[in-house]
Amino acid sequence: MRFSENLPVKQKDFKMKQFIAFVNKEFLHIIRDNRTLLIIIGIPIVEILLFGFAINMEVQNIKVAFYDPTPDSVTQGISERIKQNPYFSNMGNAQSMDEMEEAMRKGKLDLAVVYQQNFQENLVHSGQAAVQLLANSSDPNRGSIAATYASAIIAGYQRDNMDLVQIPFQIQTENRMIYNPLMKSSYMFVPGIMGLVLMIICTIMTSVSIVREKERGTMEVLLASPLKHGTMVFAKTIPYMVISFIDFIIILLLSYFVLGVPVNGSLILLFLVALIYISLTLTYGLTVSTLVDKQVNAVIFSAITAMIPVLMLSGMIFPIDNMPGVLRSLSVIVPARWFIEAVRKVMIQGQGFFMIWKELLIMIGMTLFLLLLTVANTKKRLE
Amino acid sequence: MIEVKNLYKSYGRADNIIALKGVSFTVNDGEIFGVIGPDGAGKTSLFRILASLILPDSGSAIMNGHDVVKDYKTIRQIIGYMPGRFSLYQDLSVEENLKFFATLFGTTIEENYHLIKDIYRQIEPFKNRRAGALSGGMKQKLALSCALIHKPEILILDEPTTGVDPVSRKEFWDMLARLKEQGLIILVSTAYMDEAGRCDRIALIKEGEFIATDTPQGIIDNYSGVLWAVQGSRMSVILHELRAHHLIKSSFAFGDKIHITVDEGLQAEELKQYLINKNFEDVNVFPIEPTVEDCFMALTN
Repeated sequence: MRFSENLPVKQKDFKMKQFIAFVNKEFLHIIRDNRTLLIIIGIPIVEILLFGFAINMEVQNIKVAFYDPTPDSVTQGISERIKQNPYFSNMGNAQSMDEMEEAMRKGKLDLAVVYQQNFQENLVHSGQAAVQLLANSSDPNRGSIAATYASAIIAGYQRDNMDLVQIPFQIQTENRMIYNPLMKSSYMFVPGIMGLVLMIICTIMTSVSIVREKERGTMEVLLASPLKHGTMVFAKTIPYMVISFIDFIIILLLSYFVLGVPVNGSLILLFLVALIYISLTLTYGLTVSTLVDKQVNAVIFSAITAMIPVLMLSGMIFPIDNMPGVLRSLSVIVPARWFIEAVRKVMIQGQGFFMIWKELLIMIGMTLFLLLLTVANTKKRLE
Repeated sequence: MIEVKNLYKSYGRADNIIALKGVSFTVNDGEIFGVIGPDGAGKTSLFRILASLILPDSGSAIMNGHDVVKDYKTIRQIIGYMPGRFSLYQDLSVEENLKFFATLFGTTIEENYHLIKDIYRQIEPFKNRRAGALSGGMKQKLALSCALIHKPEILILDEPTTGVDPVSRKEFWDMLARLKEQGLIILVSTAYMDEAGRCDRIALIKEGEFIATDTPQGIIDNYSGVLWAVQGSRMSVILHELRAHHLIKSSFAFGDKIHITVDEGLQAEELKQYLINKNFEDVNVFPIEPTVEDCFMALTN
């Protein structure tokens, strides 16, 4: 057995060389295929421009809470009307402004109704009283609609009571959009586009590049060689990981300089979120590659199981809170949902690690699950 | 040495497509063993089992002491495998392909250059050309170089000359003859019967069974029967006429001739006159030596 004479000594070195040669080969494939290059560079730019125009949608299930330092019959009357409105769901009364802000930061609240002190007294004496509506505009569409609905209800209350008691009074509503004061829809779709582009690059490109080897017959030669399947699969993911990061940076730069979306939180944390999501989508690409044998099937399978859920169920276009119950539960297994939530929290709301650990943990869990599934499905032979 | 015993392999949901029906043979060191038969006879299934790429349903194959199922990792280090379809990276250059496969097997082009020198020298002037832009013959030379670069003990070549021009085919067989001298075991399959003579021993395969295993001359020597060639213009009409003749057992178009096997009672001159009477004036009938293809036809009829 000539081959085994000096194998143990060289083994580690040899595996590393195999790995580097494979990564190098993958990069050559990508660089030499103009279409692939176009997709990699074009997709993030096109998507950013495409989604530049946000879509208006009806908003339901607006989570509302009240802060009423001096409850009286007028404030209770207004609160009652809002609570009874089918578009709102009551989250109760807050004891302090801090409590309210905390709930909003955690995403438990869409709208806060804050009454002025001695509301009724002011109304009777000066004919004027103020109520503040704080809307969470991380999702700007939702935030603005919530505030508009509430203003309309208060105006209705005012109109009805004017007729009854014949006292001319005026309730002033003041709306404040927090987290996204300028109500830019780009704040909403930028995290969504990141989720989508990374999904396309990682899942579709990785699965196609492995399935291409099966389809063109090169997998046959690779299998008949001492190359370990793990080495091959790991080497396949490296170029796409690099490209994903480049795309992530392209989107970030375009968002910041062209769309004016701020990066309020830690940039390092944002990259950590991206790294975890990229690992997850790459692993999913590997899972897909073990399930199909043709490139076209890999694209269709990835598109149906990865891209469409990102568009429909991740909260990128349609707010998760507006979804019917079944779809809302289904959105839990869509990886992009957790990525988009985490990016919104870090990038737009400027929150720290302790506000997104749950999303990160879910994504890591999904990655491990898919990794196990891939290993279980991997074949040492052709059939 | 390769020892194959009673290999069975079937495909399909109900195992209804039987690819191999109990194939057994041995190949000695330094031997070129040809597996010859038409498309769909089971050649690729057999070679894939030997290359540890698919599992047999039953039977065993031991190559230089290693079982193709149990010791598949060792098998993958000692074989050089060339699939039927060109299976290199078309978007990589000649040199990049060779370098990649050398690294895959833990060696370098420089280390084993002497092994492939004869073959690679011919494509080296095009080493920066993409593999996809090579001609059929050059592709095969590159594929063979890639299969040889790690100094394999056994070469498994699945239809290496399919789709290659006649000159390159001859060159390819010359290369195999030189490689054999270095002690390699070469297992090669082909659908071209005229290539049988380049092998030390051949097996004729049909519908998953070896119908004969011998040296090419041994197979020809075993041919029993009277074989003639018929030559003339309007070949297809003649063929039709011959098939209607009750003393002719079989007739096949064979290049510019028709090969026929006849009953002992018939004389060549007699048949010639018979055809002339049927208005085939320029016809010629004469006895010929059988080829491997004639043997194959005789054995499968």
